[in-house]
Amino acid sequence: MGTRKGTAVTRSVRKRTEGVPRLAVWKFASCDGCQLTLLDCEDELLSVAAEVEIAYFLEASSAPGPGPYDLSLVEGSITTPEDLERIQHVRRVSKHLVTIGACATAGGIQALRDFGDVREFAAVVYARPGYIATLDRSTPISANVPVDFELRGCPIDKRQLLEVISAFLAGRRPVVPAHSVCVECKARGNACVMVAHGTPCLGPVTQAGCGALCPAFDRGCYGCFGPMESPNARALNKQLRALGMSTPELVRVYRTFNATAEPFRQASESAENSREADDDA
Amino acid sequence: MTHKTIKVGSLSRVEGEGALTVHARDGRVTGMELRIYEPPRFFEALLRGRSHTEPPDITARICGICPVAYQMSACQAVEAACGIEVSGPLRDLRLLLYYGEWIESHTLHIYLLHAPDFLGYESGVAMAADHRDLVEHGLALKKAGNELVAAIGGRPIHPVNVKVGGFYRVPTRAELAPVAERLRHARDIARETVSWVAGFDFPDVDHDYTFLALRHPDEYAILSGSIATSTGEAFAVEEWPAHVTEAQVPYSTALHARLDGEIGYLVGPMARYSLNSAQLCESARQAAADAGLGADCRNPFRSIIVRAVEVLHACEKALRIIESYTEPETPAIPFEYRATTGHGASEAPRGTLYHRYRVDIDGSIAEADIVPPTAQNQARMETDLLQLVEPRLHLPTDELAALCERAIRNYDPCISCSAHFLDLHVDAQ
Repeated sequence: MGTRKGTAVTRSVRKRTEGVPRLAVWKFASCDGCQLTLLDCEDELLSVAAEVEIAYFLEASSAPGPGPYDLSLVEGSITTPEDLERIQHVRRVSKHLVTIGACATAGGIQALRDFGDVREFAAVVYARPGYIATLDRSTPISANVPVDFELRGCPIDKRQLLEVISAFLAGRRPVVPAHSVCVECKARGNACVMVAHGTPCLGPVTQAGCGALCPAFDRGCYGCFGPMESPNARALNKQLRALGMSTPELVRVYRTFNATAEPFRQASESAENSREADDDA
Repeated sequence: MTHKTIKVGSLSRVEGEGALTVHARDGRVTGMELRIYEPPRFFEALLRGRSHTEPPDITARICGICPVAYQMSACQAVEAACGIEVSGPLRDLRLLLYYGEWIESHTLHIYLLHAPDFLGYESGVAMAADHRDLVEHGLALKKAGNELVAAIGGRPIHPVNVKVGGFYRVPTRAELAPVAERLRHARDIARETVSWVAGFDFPDVDHDYTFLALRHPDEYAILSGSIATSTGEAFAVEEWPAHVTEAQVPYSTALHARLDGEIGYLVGPMARYSLNSAQLCESARQAAADAGLGADCRNPFRSIIVRAVEVLHACEKALRIIESYTEPETPAIPFEYRATTGHGASEAPRGTLYHRYRVDIDGSIAEADIVPPTAQNQARMETDLLQLVEPRLHLPTDELAALCERAIRNYDPCISCSAHFLDLHVDAQ
């Protein structure tokens, strides 16, 4: 993990083939939702298409163009032996590689296998699990190849996606804040669901980007954008316990779509071992 | 001619990852593999031990194209286990959310994935170079669907506002007013879309399908109902496991479904239309008639017309719900969980989506079972391909491969969905 602040974008990608940068979109283990976000940019899609050559995007086009590509957007996590090879290929043919979403950035919901036994998982789902080629772990792209930028979210936010594409086209770093959802709640004028209603909320440890959506719907944040920069999960856990959350509930709230992002993994494991409950006692 | 192999290495303009291989010898197809290599994600396994309140959010992540369908089938299965039923204005809100997803998902398929086949383009974006207005209309229609989902669910992909028993917060009338405004415009585009796609040139195909879809006494079934088939079968959703079974095939991470032991039934827009078209709203029925659709639709190439008719229906119904909307008194109905099994099914854009959960005494999920539409259609798609390919083996391989890929796209397969479900043969009973 942790190449989010990685390679600085110093050169413009707008230099190749008569000034038209080439975009590729790749899928690994995922739900398709993050790449769909690109097609969901209804007002901007045709403008984006005028600025870049969408050279490889299987979900949208039956004429995949050959590499290399100036910007590759990668959705999904690595879970099969074939995909271990394929991501190396993607890196080789990509000048810039940006991961989109929780699967590509943190392993996704399928990384829950890390806390269990994937053979047993396969046996539950398939009568003949021997036909199923799968890895023991679901890893983020950055665990396999260098990544130039990681865009968070399950799913990603379309405004942030457009910002990332624009930034790479302009040769600058994307402006994507690493602060918590709490900041967005304040900006939006939401009442704090934890203070006002006693609703457990992961907002204090979760990275912004959604626009504080859940609190705006009277719901606690469930962490789908993954951990913010330097979260204080221990302090939050104390508060969540005070609101009546049991240890299994506390473990589960961190083990969803970003379960193996390191700060969330640590938060769930320390809750599980009840270390902090003892420490705080 | 002796041997011939037709390969489509990576299917494009479909959701998820798949490939097709057809082997032929002396004018006969000797092998057909619609291979789904989408990596398995083991949802049914990882749901075990989670709280009974979690399936709506977790199973939404099976598919980014139809998360609402997963949330609705999951909610209803858990609610059935808990002995509650969401009705009245809360049910209307669920319908509204679901109509939004139908509009968004169908329009994506019509304009960006399917229409390019009929007009000879590689993509919707390429099509826009010559038909900018047309594609912009399609995008506006799609946007109206997404905005409807977002108005109720918070965002179009993986909405945050759905929970077992109802919603976290219900929208105000004022929040829905701008959505209605856009839907009125969308309805006009939807009507034009039906006539536009009806004018396409369709290969002459007529399959002898067994259709399966939900049927509801009061509406063109989308959110709930009982199961109906074109063979006259009718059964309650709870009886699903007694009728539908699945088997694994070595070349695919999706399982093949059978209905009462028979392989190859079909779910989806053609099934819904053929079984329930009398319940479409009047303007959708009229548009269907004008487009030349009869009492049923057995040509998969014409499924694009059925999708367009369903989009028009969804726009009309959504508008009616918004017009008569009054805020429900509570956003969700209270309930206590029970240690029992619940079944739920709804009509995802691609067809019937079934969920079953066994809730344990501590309120956790003991067992989960999900049967997505594409898994049910896979065997039938293979049969169709066989019937399509065999009489055309004289065609150049490239041409045949392109035709096969088109034939697959007719079904709007969602491969992301189909790779994640449980084999009913596991010692579950």
